[in-house]
Amino acid sequence: MPSLTHLQRLEAESIDILREAVAESQRPVMLYSIGKDSSVMLHLARKAFYPSRPPFPLLHVDTTWKFRDMYAMRERAARESGMELIVHKNPEAEALGINPFTHGSAKHTDMWKTQGLKQALDLHRFDLAFGGARRDEEKSRAKERVFSFRSAQHQWDPKNQRPELWRLYNTRKNPGESIRVFPLSNWTELDIWQYIHLEDIPIVPLYLAAERPVVERDGMLIMVDDERFPLRSGETPKNKSVRFRTLGCYPLSGAIESTAATLPAIIQEMLLATTTERQGRLIDHDSSASMEKKKAEGYF
Amino acid sequence: MNTAFQSTDRALIETDIEQYLRTHENKSLLRFITCGSVDDGKSTLIGRMLYEAKALLDDQMSTLDADSKKHGTQGDELDFALLVDGLSAEREQGITIDVAYRFFSTDKRKFIVADTPGHEQYTRNMVTGASTADLAVILIDARKGVLTQTRRHSYLVSLVGIKHVVLAVNKLDLVGYSEQVFNEIDREYRAFIERLDGSIERVTSIPMAALRGDNIAEASTNTPWYTGPNLLEFLENVEIAASSTNAPLRMPVQWVNRPNLDFRGFSGRILGGSVKPGDAIRVLPSGKTSTVARIVSLDGDKAQGVSGESVTLTLADEIDISRGDVISSAHDPAGLADQFEATIAWLDETPMLPGRAYLVKTGASTVGGSISKPKYVVEVNTLDRLVAKTLNVNEVGVCTLTLDRAIAFDPYADNRDMGSFIVIDRLSNHTIAAGTIHFALRRSQNIHWQALEVDKAARARLNGHKPCVLWFTGLSGSGKSTIANLVERKLHALGVRTYLLDGDNVRHGLNKDLGFTAPDRIENIRRIGEVAKLMVDAGLIVLTAFISPFRSERKLARDMVGAGEFVEIFVDTSLAVVEARDPKGLYKKARRGELKNFTGIDSPYEAPDAPELHLETEKLNAEAAADSIVAELRARGVLGLHA
Repeated sequence: MPSLTHLQRLEAESIDILREAVAESQRPVMLYSIGKDSSVMLHLARKAFYPSRPPFPLLHVDTTWKFRDMYAMRERAARESGMELIVHKNPEAEALGINPFTHGSAKHTDMWKTQGLKQALDLHRFDLAFGGARRDEEKSRAKERVFSFRSAQHQWDPKNQRPELWRLYNTRKNPGESIRVFPLSNWTELDIWQYIHLEDIPIVPLYLAAERPVVERDGMLIMVDDERFPLRSGETPKNKSVRFRTLGCYPLSGAIESTAATLPAIIQEMLLATTTERQGRLIDHDSSASMEKKKAEGYF
Repeated sequence: MNTAFQSTDRALIETDIEQYLRTHENKSLLRFITCGSVDDGKSTLIGRMLYEAKALLDDQMSTLDADSKKHGTQGDELDFALLVDGLSAEREQGITIDVAYRFFSTDKRKFIVADTPGHEQYTRNMVTGASTADLAVILIDARKGVLTQTRRHSYLVSLVGIKHVVLAVNKLDLVGYSEQVFNEIDREYRAFIERLDGSIERVTSIPMAALRGDNIAEASTNTPWYTGPNLLEFLENVEIAASSTNAPLRMPVQWVNRPNLDFRGFSGRILGGSVKPGDAIRVLPSGKTSTVARIVSLDGDKAQGVSGESVTLTLADEIDISRGDVISSAHDPAGLADQFEATIAWLDETPMLPGRAYLVKTGASTVGGSISKPKYVVEVNTLDRLVAKTLNVNEVGVCTLTLDRAIAFDPYADNRDMGSFIVIDRLSNHTIAAGTIHFALRRSQNIHWQALEVDKAARARLNGHKPCVLWFTGLSGSGKSTIANLVERKLHALGVRTYLLDGDNVRHGLNKDLGFTAPDRIENIRRIGEVAKLMVDAGLIVLTAFISPFRSERKLARDMVGAGEFVEIFVDTSLAVVEARDPKGLYKKARRGELKNFTGIDSPYEAPDAPELHLETEKLNAEAAADSIVAELRARGVLGLHA
């Protein structure tokens, strides 16, 4: 019998998880962040339920500060999958005009993303949400379960997790509680890129190098994606050949100088690179245990 | 260092990335666990493997460097253990308390490591990590040799069916890289494995010093007497038997795929064998047969599906299949049974209660079931078989598992996925145990309930009212029987068919073999629940008046009948009041110690969280209480023509 390659095993496991979660929940939803991991997760969902459409909507918790290319990809993904797309913007953050420039990255992330996500899940009474997190991303995630329980207040208790044995997932929960499910738990960054390459999965072009207007700020290259970007005196956007390893709010995403304009080229750069992908994210830099703290509070 | 894998990789990445990708796409995957205690240097070993396989990048190295200075235990040296001790609570305690998964790859393989703790109270984490592993790395501190925990880890590894063990004899630098020490440990361990007589077929002992990197990624000059493979070399090359082509097909149906009326597919993961269009299949438990028509996928129909793949099948015939059914080879179908001998590892702080109604998940089905008193418990340190009444947390025992209905299964030794199960508590929803099936104790011969033409609905029409259970619960002397009797009289006067089950007609007959211990109380309520269920099926309004102190059994009784057919009535009278009333003098006897296991005195009463009716008898007399129950039935539309 042909034995499966590691990517085939990962794919089969993820599909297994997606199906099990859908079969055992009432109102599932997929958190769609438009990034490469979300793209892979969505692709796997289409495979899992084909010829049916994936039987759940996509939820994008919008901050209004994503790259324009990301919004374009979001619409395309919804159109091509035929799935319902729910966009949630925290009305409070919208009213207060929360932005990373005047309010700082911590408050911006908390209001738009952490609070926005809780609001959206409560509003639609979703009892299960798929997320694209991987265990290799960060130390505290290495111990996260595939099926991760959240209290009615959306809190994660790392000391009270259910053991996961074989491929038997216990999905039972009390009313009000919800489950976050991570079908990509066992994928690494390299697996994700290889799979995108192999399966020809559409991704936001920002991952590939191109000439883009950037300014250098606090040691990071920030792209000036629209007219809302407040230039400091003396700052002039310069065109540089850059790409992004992770995508989020454009004022918080650091670009790297690169000429890698194809998938093999960026995989090559990644393999030869010497920093992890999370280094491009401003939110991780506070302290080494910061992600764990955010998770306990309800950040995805 | 580590020239063996990394340099060729790097050269290929630089010169021909496309070729590298093609090679990497065809890598296999090995999952393994590491077992040992903090003191054996387990986290250090994993950290060292990540480091040697170049799975660490500059910023991780600089974080490690900073963390080593802050929390490290290795002076100015890098403390590799900090790489894998993820949660801050653990860092403070300085121990790993959970299963963590790590990833790295070499030229030939991708690896997923389950890092599992060695402390006694965390056996559950080791069983968890081992359940998905192909191989185990068991650490030994060369200074200490084979310890109790080594034997325990090996037993647990064997329990989950792992065949390959690497014995990592670590900290050899602290015994002067002594060949003699290594050989003695190797010999002692092999003798133990022989005695264990479990699944472990192959042991490979490697001398190492993880802190210094000896024999991790290349042959160490400190152990010239050792000619075997280094650890990573061994892990890269060890052959893991894929399940054989001849294994029979097993595919539990996870999801029925019905995009429209013309398509009916069955989605699931192949847990054994392979499948091709035209193959004859048998569906269990129904026993119906058909042939596979197509293997449908987003990328077009497939010619074959193999073990481990997630697929969607369509069949040539329209047969009724639902989630939890197992599609299996027609020539060699899975077994079908509802009672098994099984090994069970207890994972929860609350001990097992023999006879209690739990939920059991296996494959894609979850069914009710209960566990017998253990035949024996295995003392995991000595492997002695001990007599026991229950299973406590981290204990392993052999028990009889009885399910509410038959399921498709294979013995665990034949198929890990078809012979494993988890046990879930109905109230807490926790995963409280994990088990492996040895064999069926009672074969089920395709028992089907006859579809009766005269059913519950037909009887309800004839009676002119709906059936239900009025389940009274409360302390002894709270007034359950008094109120139930009044309600029955009022209903009878309305022309409703009723039956009252109480201590007099149940304890003296059906249940006269039962006492008042917790297991007997559970069995008492289970039988009453079953009788009530039959009577509901017969169309009656059944009144039950028992203390029924445990939530779990009340829930069991509730789950036996249809939604809306169970009305839980909490007759709420405080202990002080019932003790003062004490109509039969029972509380005085219990207080004097003449009555054991008396609810409220030396046995707990678990009040209902959300009863349909909550009657506070200190505010309401029996007559008014009975009237409120009849009013409730009227409001629920139960009384029909007799309202």
